[in-house]
Amino acid sequence: MSSELYITQQIINAISLGSLYALVAIGLSMIFGILRMTNFAHGDMMMVGAFGTLVLGSLGMGFGWAVLAGIAIGALAGVIVERTAYRPVRGAPEVTLLLTSLAVTYILENLGILIFTSSARNFPLPDWMNDAFQLFDGQITFTQINLLTVALTAVALAALGWFVTRTDVGLGMRAAAEDMGAAHLVGLDVNRLIIVAFAIASGFAGLAGILWAAQSGVVEPHMGFTPLLKAFVGAIIGGFGSIAGALLGGYLLGALEIFIVAFLPSEISPYRDAIVFILLIGFLLFRPNGLLKRSQEVKL
Amino acid sequence: MPERLPGEAEAHAPEPARAPLLEVVQLRVHYGAVAAIRGVDLTVAAGEVVALLGGNGAGKSTMLRTISGLSRPRAGRIMLAGEAIHRLPPSRIVRLGVAHCPEGRRVFGNLTVAENLRLGAAARRERAGIGEDRERIYALFPILRERMTQPAGTLSGGEQQMLALGRALMARPRVLLLDEPSLGLAPLLVQQIFRTLAELKAAGITMLLVEQNINLALDLADRAYVLRTGEVSLAGSAADLKADYEAVAAAYLGARP
Repeated sequence: MSSELYITQQIINAISLGSLYALVAIGLSMIFGILRMTNFAHGDMMMVGAFGTLVLGSLGMGFGWAVLAGIAIGALAGVIVERTAYRPVRGAPEVTLLLTSLAVTYILENLGILIFTSSARNFPLPDWMNDAFQLFDGQITFTQINLLTVALTAVALAALGWFVTRTDVGLGMRAAAEDMGAAHLVGLDVNRLIIVAFAIASGFAGLAGILWAAQSGVVEPHMGFTPLLKAFVGAIIGGFGSIAGALLGGYLLGALEIFIVAFLPSEISPYRDAIVFILLIGFLLFRPNGLLKRSQEVKL
Repeated sequence: MPERLPGEAEAHAPEPARAPLLEVVQLRVHYGAVAAIRGVDLTVAAGEVVALLGGNGAGKSTMLRTISGLSRPRAGRIMLAGEAIHRLPPSRIVRLGVAHCPEGRRVFGNLTVAENLRLGAAARRERAGIGEDRERIYALFPILRERMTQPAGTLSGGEQQMLALGRALMARPRVLLLDEPSLGLAPLLVQQIFRTLAELKAAGITMLLVEQNINLALDLADRAYVLRTGEVSLAGSAADLKADYEAVAAAYLGARP
């Protein structure tokens, strides 16, 4: 196998994995940006979205519609969690917010266990989804799922980019993330902005959950935990609270994980996650604002 | 409430010309146990510019924040054109026509100049004329047009003040609240900002101005209140206060002349 083709294959893998991290990291970063809250329940929206698609698919809904419905169910779940759990404690100390989101995580995951049991279920995919494209005599391989992951992520990101630069609500979300008090003063309805942020963030997580399940083939109530941790690392690397930063951090992390396994000696591969978290600690120590975010400005 | 007889409401309605546009009645605001404003009465008539003077901690910014709905009064009321606004959320208050140009400018540094102006109009009910208003602001501050695609965070302090003012004007407010527009600016820029404020006054815009620079404030204003530790220690026409500088100084410091 030629090395160029091998590298190309790894880049494809990195983009595919990075897309998932980016989708989750963006939502995490959006919610932190506007509420200054690390939403640990964010990963569970992956589970909600994936189960939504699973159930609707098994009821006979076409796969495409089931995916869209799964995204919508994820978004709705995020809005319900905001309304019932987070709004009552808004403005509370950070520890309260943190514990509340952990409580929501436990409730959602145990609800998932109650309804679906804790054993993993097969995620039903249409057969064509597992079709693989083989180029250069199979030296480069990718599946429809890879392709779909990258395509749907690109569409979602383009839509988000349009939304936050071209609409009043999107601009308002960025404004509120920067200075909540000034957002109030220009008359923005901050409650509405927060609902929209949760809907988008959770819808993205739902999509990521569906794609994650499609790639791994299974759905289970704790499926959101590991991607959430990774997305958290990605968001911090890029600059927590910044959408562009989360995007960059998510893809960098995806690339890092793939390349550690692909290009470093095989003895190092088992330490992949350790390397990722050492990187996180390094960023927290030496560049806590991440790659893209400017240092915290003094607020009056 | 007893039923009104036909015509009675009209007979008892105050004459529009004399009714204050903004009326603050016996306002009390506390931060925790500390009283920041203790029973202040204040009125601003339509078209009038009223200055709110006083030293640090006198309660000037608290007054503006409370009018805007960012702080809640413990007692008293705030009326805009006869409608109580002191229990409304800030977004509603802006929608009713109170724009607040805050201390420290508080422009959105990650957004461009044009985006900041756009958000200034996001809450306004009257959607028509936004384009013309933006052109008017660019005419007022040509430098903002030159910088319209730049992030507001890259602007100088004076340019940010112009943008903050322009953003507030984009709401097409009935009352403009200005908190220390001269703060931290070079003298030349302060002059420019106040020239613009004079133009706005000539155009009939109603303002409640908090300002440390007494002379500038009294030159612009029709009337002024001096606050000290949350109470009105002196009030009068700007001309009278300018003529009696010692009384103003005494009202600042607390000794009654």
